[in-house]
Amino acid sequence: MSDTAVDTQESTQEVPKVVSSRFDVDDGHTLHGYTQSGSFEGYAALRRALTMTPGAVSELVKDATLLGRGGAGFPAGVKWGFCAPDVWPRYVVANGDESEPGTYKDRLLMERDPHQLIEGSLIAAYAIGAAQVFLYVRGEMPHAQERIAAALNEAYEANFIGKNILGTDFSVDIVLTFGAGAYIVGEETALIESLEGNRGMPRLKPPFFPAAKGLYMMPTIVNNIETLSNLPWLLSHGVREYRSIGTEASPGTRLIALSGDVERPGVYEVPQGTTTFRELFESERYGGGIRGGRELKMFIPGGASAPWFFPEQVDLPLEGRVVGAEGSMLGSGAVVVMDDTTDAVRACWRLVRFFARESCGKCTPCREGTVWEERILRRILDGQGRPSDLDLLLDVADNISPGPYPLAAHPEAGLEAVPFPPRQTTICPLGPSSVAPITSAISRFRHEFEGKINRKDSIPVTSAGVTSV
Amino acid sequence: MARLTPDNLLLARKIIARFPEPRSATIMLCHLAQEQDGYLSPEAMEQVAELIGATSAEVLGTASFYEMFKMHPVGKYCVNVCTNISCQLLGGEELLEHAEEVMGIRSGSTTADGMFTLEDVECVAACTEAPAVQVNYRYFNRVSPDDFDELLEDLRSGELSRTIPSHGTLGNVRQDLHGDRVANITSPSQQVEPAWFPNGDSDEGPAK
Repeated sequence: MSDTAVDTQESTQEVPKVVSSRFDVDDGHTLHGYTQSGSFEGYAALRRALTMTPGAVSELVKDATLLGRGGAGFPAGVKWGFCAPDVWPRYVVANGDESEPGTYKDRLLMERDPHQLIEGSLIAAYAIGAAQVFLYVRGEMPHAQERIAAALNEAYEANFIGKNILGTDFSVDIVLTFGAGAYIVGEETALIESLEGNRGMPRLKPPFFPAAKGLYMMPTIVNNIETLSNLPWLLSHGVREYRSIGTEASPGTRLIALSGDVERPGVYEVPQGTTTFRELFESERYGGGIRGGRELKMFIPGGASAPWFFPEQVDLPLEGRVVGAEGSMLGSGAVVVMDDTTDAVRACWRLVRFFARESCGKCTPCREGTVWEERILRRILDGQGRPSDLDLLLDVADNISPGPYPLAAHPEAGLEAVPFPPRQTTICPLGPSSVAPITSAISRFRHEFEGKINRKDSIPVTSAGVTSV
Repeated sequence: MARLTPDNLLLARKIIARFPEPRSATIMLCHLAQEQDGYLSPEAMEQVAELIGATSAEVLGTASFYEMFKMHPVGKYCVNVCTNISCQLLGGEELLEHAEEVMGIRSGSTTADGMFTLEDVECVAACTEAPAVQVNYRYFNRVSPDDFDELLEDLRSGELSRTIPSHGTLGNVRQDLHGDRVANITSPSQQVEPAWFPNGDSDEGPAK
């Protein structure tokens, strides 16, 4: 029952550690550790920001093209600029409700470097003119909550938070708050509902874009934990150095949780755009190859909501635009590797079951559709599938996400890539996400579904005899 | 029981004061009540409602949306086995079956001695450490069936009672907001433009 595997090698020019430099520092979570270790000096970036105008800080973040790390990949600086002008108060919400299956990075950032997140939140609050910051941490993460609470207490004591921070006229409060178990609350408008004390159901956008009408109908910027955690390094090292990592369109690094069938699963910080999936899976620094020397069957490049990729896509770079054009998404940096022993139908069912359980129930196509998708897949797995089930499954899916669904190319089968994102009949992307495993699995492994539907010998035998067909 | 103790009532009032609107404290107060009683009782929800100026039906409406809130007593330890994709690939489902067998209960139920509640849960963000188990939301990584048996033994013997608090208790460390350091937490309608934006968005003066 070991500790999490992280990259313990030094930060270098080629593979810099922007956000993970204190992951293997024992006291990196304390104020002392934060100022004495890591790839930048703790709270020096805040001091630097306070010598600039708020507008100049926003411009800097915009120039750096700091892309949001929560899933959508929207530039943070541009998002900040959407705040309704001259409307006060404004709020910053740090989205720490990490729960997309396969995703494990925000929890590490919160547990191992909470001051980095706090400093990033302060910089964001300064830039947009926020009255208050809410750190919304997933309920099931008490260790992260403890680390953040302790760090907040230290930072208040040291005058980094509160009234007249570091002797300037910048004043802001940061409040720690918890969720209580609901995946959908990771969606920003649902998070705001939750923060107002309600059921976490998403709001319709427009009109409820948080930057215009967010928390208490005031301008609110909701940023992912990793996005905010990038700010201290960015302000310390500057735009040019930040942009020297990664590519023109996607500068900087990404934290990738590499899980599933690889020799060395772990949370690795990799440069965006210049690293390929092959390198991630095979290099000794990261994955160390497919587990047991087996063959790759498929992989999920960006969390449960992302359409699957296959061996044909391993040489693609970890670059949002490229992955999007090829029919999937980088999402939240969750790469799940599945080897040739994986049952595609079973993997598909498990992912769909997740969406069925987590549907909030607001939109009919998702509330009803995800449940039916799960039931149909379950009966196929149980040997009770009907020949019409695959068409039925795709029909239900089409009610949630009409038209061609994003898909990876399969030259041998004459399939061309359908680019991301999918269309949707729902308010938020949860329902449409349930379709990703279905279309991905059926496009490549239809024979596995048909095998389960047609083979009578797979009908489970119970002690009472053969179950009815 | 059920009503908050005087200490917890004091804490509840402090928590409410951290939010611009009292209702924003709903989830935190439900956690506090669950921490005290091990589950969320109707009386506790009534009191939360009084404290935040809502009806108890509204509090129930919110609380029932969130999986962590238990409306009935559960075991001293909630044992959550993750079976989502990354854990499934590395034996999460088999581990759940093993757990059901050795605990003698199905997922979703509680042992007769009130010690354990077993649950089959969604991704707990420990995907690289599969299969993952949480006990009262404290993590155990890469758990084999043998590790699991040992874990149950340690929980029964009280070996882990220091590291794993009883059900309902989350963080052992709380945020502590001192009145003299707090900048300005008031309702949105009482907030003015920030001092470091002297001329609003249009013409930002330099910070001091």
